Amino acid sequence: MISEIEYSGLAAINGPLVFVERVGNVGFGELVEIRNSSGQLRLGQVVEIDEERAIVQVFEGTTGLSLEGIRTVFLGKSLEMPVSREMLGRIFDGLGRPIDGAPNVTSDRMMDINGLPINPYSREYPRDFIQTGISAIDGMNTLIRGQKLPVFSGSGMPHNTIAAQIARQAKILTAEEEFTVVFAAMGVKFDVASFFIESFEKSGALENSAIFLSLADAPSIERLITPRAALTLAEFLAFTEGMHVLVILTDMTNYCESLRELSSSRGEIPSRKGYPGYLYSDLASIYERAGRIKGIPGSITQIPILTMPSDDISHPIPDLTGYITEGQIVLERELFNKSIYPPIAGLPSLSRLMKDGIGEGRTRRDHAGVAAQLFACYARVKRIRALASIVGEEELAPLDREYLKFGRVFETEFLSQGPDEDRPIGTTLDIGWRVLSMLPETELYRISREDIGKYYIPSMGD
Amino acid sequence: MEPIRGTVISVNGPIVKARGLAGVSMLDIAEVGPERLIGEVIKLDGGIAVIQVYEDDTGLRPGDEVVSSGRPLSVELGPGLISNIYDGIQRPLVDIAKLLGSYIRKGVKVSPLDVGKKWRFTPLAKPGDAIGEGGIIGEVRETDSVLHRIMAPPGISGAVEFIADEGDYTIEDTLYRIRGSAEYIGRLSAFWPVRKKRPFRSRKKSGIPLVTGQRIIDTFFPVAKGGTAVIPGGFGTGKTMTQHALAKWCDADIIIHIGCGERGNEMTDVLNEFPKLVDPRTGRPLMERTVMIANTSNMPVPAREVSIYTGITIAEYYRDMGFHVAVMADSTSRWAEALRELSSRLGDMPAEEGFPSYLATRLAEFYERAGYVETLSGMDGSITTIGAVSPPGGDFSEPVTQHTTRFVRCFWALDKALADARHYPSISWIDSYTEYIDEVRPWWNALDESWHATRSGAMNILLEDNRLQQIVKLVGPDALPVSERLVLFSAEMIKNGFLQQNSFDPKDMHCGPEKQLMLLKIIVEFYDEARKLLSSGVDLKSIVSMKAASELIRLKSEIGDGETGLIERYRQEMRVEFGSLREMKAGKT
Ligand SMILES: Nc1ncnc2c1ncn2[C@@H]1O[C@H](COP(=O)(O)OP(=O)(O)OP(=O)(O)O)[C@@H](O)[C@H]1O
Ligand SMILES: [Mg+2]
Repeated sequence: MISEIEYSGLAAINGPLVFVERVGNVGFGELVEIRNSSGQLRLGQVVEIDEERAIVQVFEGTTGLSLEGIRTVFLGKSLEMPVSREMLGRIFDGLGRPIDGAPNVTSDRMMDINGLPINPYSREYPRDFIQTGISAIDGMNTLIRGQKLPVFSGSGMPHNTIAAQIARQAKILTAEEEFTVVFAAMGVKFDVASFFIESFEKSGALENSAIFLSLADAPSIERLITPRAALTLAEFLAFTEGMHVLVILTDMTNYCESLRELSSSRGEIPSRKGYPGYLYSDLASIYERAGRIKGIPGSITQIPILTMPSDDISHPIPDLTGYITEGQIVLERELFNKSIYPPIAGLPSLSRLMKDGIGEGRTRRDHAGVAAQLFACYARVKRIRALASIVGEEELAPLDREYLKFGRVFETEFLSQGPDEDRPIGTTLDIGWRVLSMLPETELYRISREDIGKYYIPSMGD
Repeated sequence: MEPIRGTVISVNGPIVKARGLAGVSMLDIAEVGPERLIGEVIKLDGGIAVIQVYEDDTGLRPGDEVVSSGRPLSVELGPGLISNIYDGIQRPLVDIAKLLGSYIRKGVKVSPLDVGKKWRFTPLAKPGDAIGEGGIIGEVRETDSVLHRIMAPPGISGAVEFIADEGDYTIEDTLYRIRGSAEYIGRLSAFWPVRKKRPFRSRKKSGIPLVTGQRIIDTFFPVAKGGTAVIPGGFGTGKTMTQHALAKWCDADIIIHIGCGERGNEMTDVLNEFPKLVDPRTGRPLMERTVMIANTSNMPVPAREVSIYTGITIAEYYRDMGFHVAVMADSTSRWAEALRELSSRLGDMPAEEGFPSYLATRLAEFYERAGYVETLSGMDGSITTIGAVSPPGGDFSEPVTQHTTRFVRCFWALDKALADARHYPSISWIDSYTEYIDEVRPWWNALDESWHATRSGAMNILLEDNRLQQIVKLVGPDALPVSERLVLFSAEMIKNGFLQQNSFDPKDMHCGPEKQLMLLKIIVEFYDEARKLLSSGVDLKSIVSMKAASELIRLKSEIGDGETGLIERYRQEMRVEFGSLREMKAGKT
């Protein structure tokens, strides 16, 4: 039942919210068209309704709206967008409307941008190893097809370069399947967006990508729609068309700030740092749209990027993200300052789906052991460095000094690589063994004796 | 009873206000709008009822109809619960998937239990018998590992007037009739209000541990059957993994696993794994003792709030049959947040960090439903409740962690630094505690008199290590006397060879009490012997380079539960090695 009722005038405007009075037959969550006297159109959504009035959140913001001369139409449905394969190779605004000059998308397939929760029983557990060609990721924080693995970064760090490198190099070893990229930019500057577009162009992936841009100068509230629009297309491509879709969302910090703004203009009781208490659930409604579904060939792999305000991982945005995603890739300032690219050291980074996606028949039998051992040894390096900074390196026990040497080589040979260097997983693991072999065999207690026998290089430590 | 009808007057997210529901009571079900979305009356204010709606209510309008049958929100209890997976309000997710495909849509109505399935019922009462509340009427083999007892519901007692013969019945067939103050017609299943705890005769002291197969828990911080434990930890520190490990290997009869506002894939993981894993005690797939409640983070928030009550009510039902039930709730913080969100939409005055002032009471009520009891029918049954807490920023001083610690007696603190170093389970041996040691001590003593001494011996090494580490941080280990360096070395052996346990290693993922004790004993013996040798003048270097030293930390993953005899062999070899060190020393002097 679609009923369009038009009202004129607004009762009040507060931040991104407008109040329409004496409405009837309007539903919660319904889509609203708002036209000012010059006929300019904005979209909104009913966020609260009672018998007298509707509170409408305006996606394009309320700048330039006045109380008089406004006409609102309640559309009797929630926000939907047309989806089709033709959207690949196109560029859209934050609400999913084309901005590349080409004609509008026509499709008889409309999808609600909020999606529907996947039944946990219908999910397929993600297990396929994605080779990104980056040792720090493949070796120690493996990405899996259908995973949601965010990049936690800080200002000035190379998160965009890493995300673009992943998008370029990602492949599945067992199958010749290509990734389709859906890219959503929220509140980032134009140069960031164009960096990605150029990178996709260079690798020839652009025709196979869809790009949603809500740049820094777009209304803040629009950002709440952008990731959802991008994911709606991704869901169509993955679960209707059977494609493997890599979704890059940047920058989730800007998204969360828009949500905070909306929440405070609604007068809600804030939780930590002014963010609404439902930030966790709201983020989950985005991140949980990654995954695989039983009996359907496609997948959605999500790489949300977020910058941690003052590098603080306990800030609500990275914190709540970490509680939802299946691990996180953390860029570390300390490594970045040492000019190590990519500055991913491992310790706070984690891929939770790694365990089922690696090993015999997937990557290599020794993978889990090597990863665990590298983590453990590098953790020890960090402890010894802290000690060495107090007592001096000369005062350290010989074994500790060997560890320090291991740490240096681990950073320069295992972690470091070029932004265009694509390392096969075998190479990554072999480098892992080369650096581990700098330590005495007895230190490798996380690796099976069998694998030590096969891969350990006895003379390395000398 | 005639349904009560009213009208929606406002919608604010999942909170709906309605007028005209005269005669409706608190916590009654209300079906809202044309799609008959399930809701619950949570506040009555003059002529206005406030309803919390458990499904997405997009599109709901003022003026839409609300209907209430005047019955409270309930779970259906009967055979068929086991192996099932439900959402927060007990809708069966497998049936929903069959009906609607891969996505959960609103407005679906599916019976929680299979109405078509026939169960073999064996009567255990006969006409004329006097049946008390909770009395056993008969039984049904629900799964190979669960013999389901059909009980007269609490509140029902009297003489059996009729009871069906042995045979195959559905949950809707009339099976028995009891005549008490009124007549009660019994079936295989019955409803119970989800927020009301099921009665029992009395609480008892348990005296038996919940054996989990996780070394740091069983040996150092055990929980008794019927006890309560909390696992607080920042993201990625291992709450879910620990709960999964417990759900797999603990020696409860029934596992209720509540995924409350967490990830969909974690539920899928359990659904994939449990049918394949075999319960070492029954030889049957673990799924045959498990009920799952999955209200993941992207499913409606209000249903998340109910999910833990749905879970614990099912737990009480199996407890009443005389089973030992373990409830895992992951994560109670998401439940508390659901509570916060709803209370803020209601305009309640917030207390700490926006949580409602009744947070503590609700937590207390939840953990109170755990316990070791004598059931109404005189059997022993228990519920052990293990709740995960996800403190913002990993900071334990926040309200949910703080209040929870007031009501639980076992605290498994997850340590971020351990998790970062991939020391799993990253349960801190310094910050964790348990109040059940005295309660479970006789049980362990019966296994081995030396349990307590071994445990304290090892704990002392760890505590001493912790103290020394503060010094080491400043001056390095080499500044310490050899006796203290031996402590550091032995503590490292305990950490790597005992505390650390790999959930993915087939031999290490589960460790029986016997193997636990033997592993720890051999390490403590190493330390004691080494200390003696040190004081007799043997140098530390020859001790730490003993073959046994590197061997001991590998035993956990090389020796399975059934092969503990091998540990004894290593012990003999270690003794020989010590012997030759001793002789060498004697030879030199
Ligand atoms: N006992 C263990 N053995 C091996 N690996 C483990 C163990 N415990 C945790 N891990 C590793 O740590 C990761 C995170 O653990 P888990 O999912 O249990 O964290 P969590 O505390 O539940 O996090 P969140 O709060 O985000 O849900 C796992 O994916 C696994 O890689
Ligand atoms: Mg978890």
